[in-house]
Amino acid sequence: MRLLTHNMLSCNIKGVTNGFPLRLEVEKFVEKEVEFNSDFLKNMFVKIEWKALVNAARSMGYEELPEEADSSMLDSDEFLKKFHHALLELHLEEGALICPETGRRFPVNKGIPNMLLHEDEV
Amino acid sequence: MAVGGTGTIPNRIPHRISNAENSFGDVSGKVVADFGCGCGTLGLASALLGAEYVIGIDVDSQSLEIASINAEDLELDINLVQCDINNLQWRGQTVDTVIMNPPFGTRKKGADMNFLSVALKVASQAVYSLHKTTTREHIKKTALRDFNAKSAEVICELRFDVPQLYKFHKKKEVDIAVDLWRFVPLKE
Ligand SMILES: C[S@@+](CC[C@H](N)C(=O)[O-])C[C@H]1O[C@@H](n2cnc3c(N)ncnc32)[C@H](O)[C@@H]1O
Repeated sequence: MRLLTHNMLSCNIKGVTNGFPLRLEVEKFVEKEVEFNSDFLKNMFVKIEWKALVNAARSMGYEELPEEADSSMLDSDEFLKKFHHALLELHLEEGALICPETGRRFPVNKGIPNMLLHEDEV
Repeated sequence: MAVGGTGTIPNRIPHRISNAENSFGDVSGKVVADFGCGCGTLGLASALLGAEYVIGIDVDSQSLEIASINAEDLELDINLVQCDINNLQWRGQTVDTVIMNPPFGTRKKGADMNFLSVALKVASQAVYSLHKTTTREHIKKTALRDFNAKSAEVICELRFDVPQLYKFHKKKEVDIAVDLWRFVPLKE
């Protein structure tokens, strides 16, 4: 699971109102190189919850993202490279996503998060 | 390429989507979600057409495993999530385009309508979907009135050969007419 996917997911249990962002529990992560596309990053920037990305990247040991970001930074290639790496090149392979409100654990196996709910959670 | 899951689609569909891509630019360079991706056909077709980020979602873990193998075989990179579309909770219009071949609701009534309702909440640019031609009027009305669609148009009509699934089917294969739709969601 890449962090762009993580940035979209939230806890989907019925009644949960603060299910975003899910906290990462990292057992294994991998890095895979992806072609750099600055136009794509610029388009994505407005849709990303920055804080969630920063914290998720940190839980995989990547500390290079600035705490705050605004669109003026998109002119900097250095910033874009870091954004690119955090968003697209880090993968959570094994571990879990934890709901910030209930502590419910959604397992991630072979890079696939399992967001299926139990009957009493729907 | 391994195939699996239910509801095989006519192999012309990727071609149709490719035509649509040429006229609307909904896929290349975009974030595309494949709802009920099964073995990944539509998501992988989108990746081949230059989608920048593809997310395939399905309830079934075996289908997702096959999708993952298919992606590897084609040296394509897609992102998979196991989730029931009915319980999908994403914050707003986070993807550009949703592309889907939903279950028609033969067994579970209205399943395709639930998919459509969710798709029109998470897509900012377009939703491509297949529905039975017999439901055309209903789909149009519901999408525009209840589901956040700004426009709804049938791009083309296709025929599905559905193998006999139930004893009460007399013929060996039933031929059903299916519409390929393009919906445009209202902006948030
Ligand atoms: C008609 S098949 C389409 C498969 C694939 N997209 C294709 O075109 O070949 C429908 C798929 O939706 C999945 N599905 C059914 N109900 C679902 C739900 N509520 N949420 C997510 N996926 C679902 C099934 O597992 C199946 O893979």
